[in-house]
Amino acid sequence: MKPAVCTGVHFINGDEACAEGAIAAGCKFFGGYPITPATEVAEQMSLRLPEVGGTFIQMEDEIAAMTSILGGAWAGCKTMTATSGPGFSLMMETVGLAVVTETPCVIVNVQRGGPSTGLPTQGAQSDMMQAKWGSHGDYEIIALAPSSPQEMFDFTIIAFNLSETYRTPVFIMSDEIIGHMSEKVIIPHKKKIKIINRKKPAKVKQGFKPFKPGANGVAPMPAIGEGYKVHITGLTHDEKGYPVMTVEAQEEMMARLLGKIRNNLDDIILTEDYLLNDAKIIIITYGVSARTSYTAVDEARSRGIKAGLLRLITVWPFPEELIRNLAKKAKGFITVEINMGQISREVERCAGGLAPCYLAGHAGGAIITPDKVLALMQEKF
Amino acid sequence: MPSVNKTFQADKHPLEDLLRVDRLPHIWCPGCGIGSVFSACLRSIKNSGIDYNNFAMVSGIGCSGRGAGYINIDSFHTTHGRAIPFATGIKLANPDINVIVFSGDGDLCAIGGNHLIHAARRNMDITVICVNNLIYGMTGGQVAATTPHMYRSSTTAAGNPESPFNLPLLAYAAGATYIARWTMLHSRDVSDAVSEAIGRKGFSFIEVLSPCPINFGRRNKEKSLDTLRMYHEKSIIKNNATPAELDIEYGKSIVLGKFIDIQKPTYSENYSRVHNPNDE
Amino acid sequence: MKYWRVPLDSDEILVEKGIIHIIENRCKGCGYCIEYCPQHVLVFSDTFNAKGYHLPTVNTDDCLNCHYCEFLCPEFAIFSIAAEP
Repeated sequence: MKPAVCTGVHFINGDEACAEGAIAAGCKFFGGYPITPATEVAEQMSLRLPEVGGTFIQMEDEIAAMTSILGGAWAGCKTMTATSGPGFSLMMETVGLAVVTETPCVIVNVQRGGPSTGLPTQGAQSDMMQAKWGSHGDYEIIALAPSSPQEMFDFTIIAFNLSETYRTPVFIMSDEIIGHMSEKVIIPHKKKIKIINRKKPAKVKQGFKPFKPGANGVAPMPAIGEGYKVHITGLTHDEKGYPVMTVEAQEEMMARLLGKIRNNLDDIILTEDYLLNDAKIIIITYGVSARTSYTAVDEARSRGIKAGLLRLITVWPFPEELIRNLAKKAKGFITVEINMGQISREVERCAGGLAPCYLAGHAGGAIITPDKVLALMQEKF
Repeated sequence: MPSVNKTFQADKHPLEDLLRVDRLPHIWCPGCGIGSVFSACLRSIKNSGIDYNNFAMVSGIGCSGRGAGYINIDSFHTTHGRAIPFATGIKLANPDINVIVFSGDGDLCAIGGNHLIHAARRNMDITVICVNNLIYGMTGGQVAATTPHMYRSSTTAAGNPESPFNLPLLAYAAGATYIARWTMLHSRDVSDAVSEAIGRKGFSFIEVLSPCPINFGRRNKEKSLDTLRMYHEKSIIKNNATPAELDIEYGKSIVLGKFIDIQKPTYSENYSRVHNPNDE
Repeated sequence: MKYWRVPLDSDEILVEKGIIHIIENRCKGCGYCIEYCPQHVLVFSDTFNAKGYHLPTVNTDDCLNCHYCEFLCPEFAIFSIAAEP
């Protein structure tokens, strides 16, 4: 057995850092399927999991990969899979199963240009709405957007912690650029890493209800073999887990599913701001686009434009309250993202007409340069 | 008058401890054979003497997919076709659990066909019970990958133009190490097969033919008892039969039996051998 | 018990007797137990359960506790237990 936490300074790419983050967080099972540009996550996991007593399997497709990690999660493990656009689409039905069965797991999407096969080797951020709405039905989901290989490591641990806390699938919405970029990654000492494990139920097994929420709205979760004799179904179910085909049961279940996220937004939503206090033009961005946006803000400031930046670390649930408040004092918003308008629409929705909203977007395949952001800033404001 | 004509309302069925009694009666139609197959499966679990907590049942979607909802152990009703990868996840994350997949032909062999062949290829240590009623029952009787040629369904009203899967042959070609086929009428054989599968290591595939009187029988002029009579009269038990000879065809006899039972290392055994060569 | 050929050791073999139990509210009246009882112990009764299904009933005391009705029943609605010798 080798250590799960490779403390030290490394020069690795984002995908590898993500895998190291998963191992450090205690991930013991990975079901994968090769896809550019996420393959390196699976490759690294296939090397590392046997070293820490875990299991890697390359399944026959992404549907199987996603489903296998749910089985692994119910068997008591922390589990993960990693994919890119086409695989993400295939996983979507099972993501719904994970949501409704309240199964903790982490899904990494190293985004590439789409739709369809698109640009397999070039980055994009065009699956952001799919992360929110890709599976059918209403649900709340958690999605994080790392901006560097270091954050691929850090956010993977946060993703596992959120997943375990809220018994929900968590997405890491990376992209080809971050995934394939090699940078310095500092892995701290094991003791410096905060790890959260799922809450276990009380010892009383008679009449146990696997979906009866605890104080934070989340039900404790047993593992297979512990004797709780759970029944878990994708059908609408009561707290006991039994299917109930009524309007009332649907309402109750949905309230539970949405509530555990919506009532804990303060704990879940992570953002970072840059020169936001006196900013009039506010850039909203996330992931790789944040990197170039910082330069755009600096350049704007040097030209006397009061620009600031809000970086979404948690993209879903969306920081609605925060944007709403910023809209009251902002002259306008520019959303920087590698797509043709996804999160920018959320910004527009939350701005509620109080401030004009613009998109510095890109169809995919390349980053958005600071020049483009600056040009838009000067054109619109 | 007979001296033993006693009917008790409150008495307990011998499998009561394995049933979610509060969910009975189950959803299966009168004359449906899934309950019989399920009963045989439960009997094998009971007779195994293994702690019920060391079992998990996984089902997909469809009539047979409701099986997991009635067994009082850790049980999972997953998405359509995905029972096997879910079971794979359980088995790999906790190899001590005996994982039984109980689902139907449409779920396991059509939408989930890819998972079936790959789990067989890997010799994943799980037991798959495939209730084959030759039709999509839950959705109202559409043609299945197992509906014999020329049989009628709601989407092949003039007769099925396709050829069905020979499931034991499919499982054999993919590498399954235990393959049997029975009908629900052969309940002791089904039970014995499931017991054998639980007791062995590797991928076990047990096909059990079962009547769907409402959605298959009604369109093909087969009352449920006619189907059972056909199972009785037209079936031939031929253990070790060549899998290629196991097609189910209109008017022909159905070959039953245990066809394959061989030992091969499982996925987990090979995985630990590869990664921890010094452990042996 | 009827034999087409009486076994030579039939005197020595202890033939078990069974008592059949029917859980009426579970029965869906498929009639499999009646059709396939090797001893033809069961017949359709005159009664129906709460859901209107036609129930089986025990007609003779020939049950040998073979459990076939129990094994075949898709509803977990019938079973037999050994009678006191």
